[in-house]
Amino acid sequence: MKWWLWPLGLFLVLAVFLGVGLTLNPREVPSPLIGKSAPHFQLPQLHDPEKTFSQKDMLGKVWVLNVWASWCGPCREEHPVWVDLAKTQVVPIYGLNYKDKRADSIAWLKRYGDPYVLSVADTEGRIGIDYGVYGVPETYLIDKAGVIRYKHIGPVYPSVLKEKILPLIAKLNGNA
Amino acid sequence: MHKSLFLFIILVCIGLSGAAPSRAADDAALEQRVQRLSEELRCLVCQNQSLADSHAGLAIDLKNQVREKLKQGASEKEVIAFMTERYGDFVLYRPPVKGTTLLLWFGPGLLMVAGLIALFARLRRRASETVEPSLTIDERARAVALLEGRTPGNPRK
Repeated sequence: MKWWLWPLGLFLVLAVFLGVGLTLNPREVPSPLIGKSAPHFQLPQLHDPEKTFSQKDMLGKVWVLNVWASWCGPCREEHPVWVDLAKTQVVPIYGLNYKDKRADSIAWLKRYGDPYVLSVADTEGRIGIDYGVYGVPETYLIDKAGVIRYKHIGPVYPSVLKEKILPLIAKLNGNA
Repeated sequence: MHKSLFLFIILVCIGLSGAAPSRAADDAALEQRVQRLSEELRCLVCQNQSLADSHAGLAIDLKNQVREKLKQGASEKEVIAFMTERYGDFVLYRPPVKGTTLLLWFGPGLLMVAGLIALFARLRRRASETVEPSLTIDERARAVALLEGRTPGNPRK
């Protein structure tokens, strides 16, 4: 090999590595929770704080847990996706209202539509920590046995819903 | 009088220091542990900062969790386990050695070994190459003449 080919070779290797690095999303931290039981919670419902809701209430159903907040910009971005999905009644969507004020959240839902069967209020963000939430919105797909099968960090765009979430829901509903 | 006052002050100081392993000292020790531990943990919102450096809402929540766990008597290891159960190895600035992190841990060492091998191979090859005289006899004579300060004559003549 000619000596002057070395820098060129080195450059190509570097370029390939950096190129691959550019296509990766550093925000997508693989969740250790996938394949594990959804962490336990029992939280007051947003609209009816007298009543509580627990992940246990959903055993036997495939459902979506969407972490949202009225202060979260990207939540508004993905919100129409949930509103549309709720209309199709393919899957029940539950909201985890994360570190939010009750009045603000209710006003937000009134303004942008409420796709949730119900939302629970995680005012302190405790349950958020148990679910490994670090950027709202986050979305979990939980199967009939209460196991987390999929997690999406950041807004769910129609493409994500169509290519990943909906096929998985169909599969989970068909198999079990 | 002067002496007894001095003695009194000393005694008071001793008394106070005896009572010192109180809440304040406990809290300081706890804070120190919280600080040390949160320097090992990555803030996930601002990924190039540790929990200790970050003022993001989540970082503060997580630091409070760390403090609470330690207060309840959890060991450092248990707190780290609590964090990795939720956020994965990514929260650790010092990831554990396992299959997926082998390259991360030993890659630099491997690169260095490869570099050393290449270096030694090259040095060896160079040493085994016989150095051929690069000057012809005529050129050599010319060089000597130049070094001695004579104007070199044309050796061909």
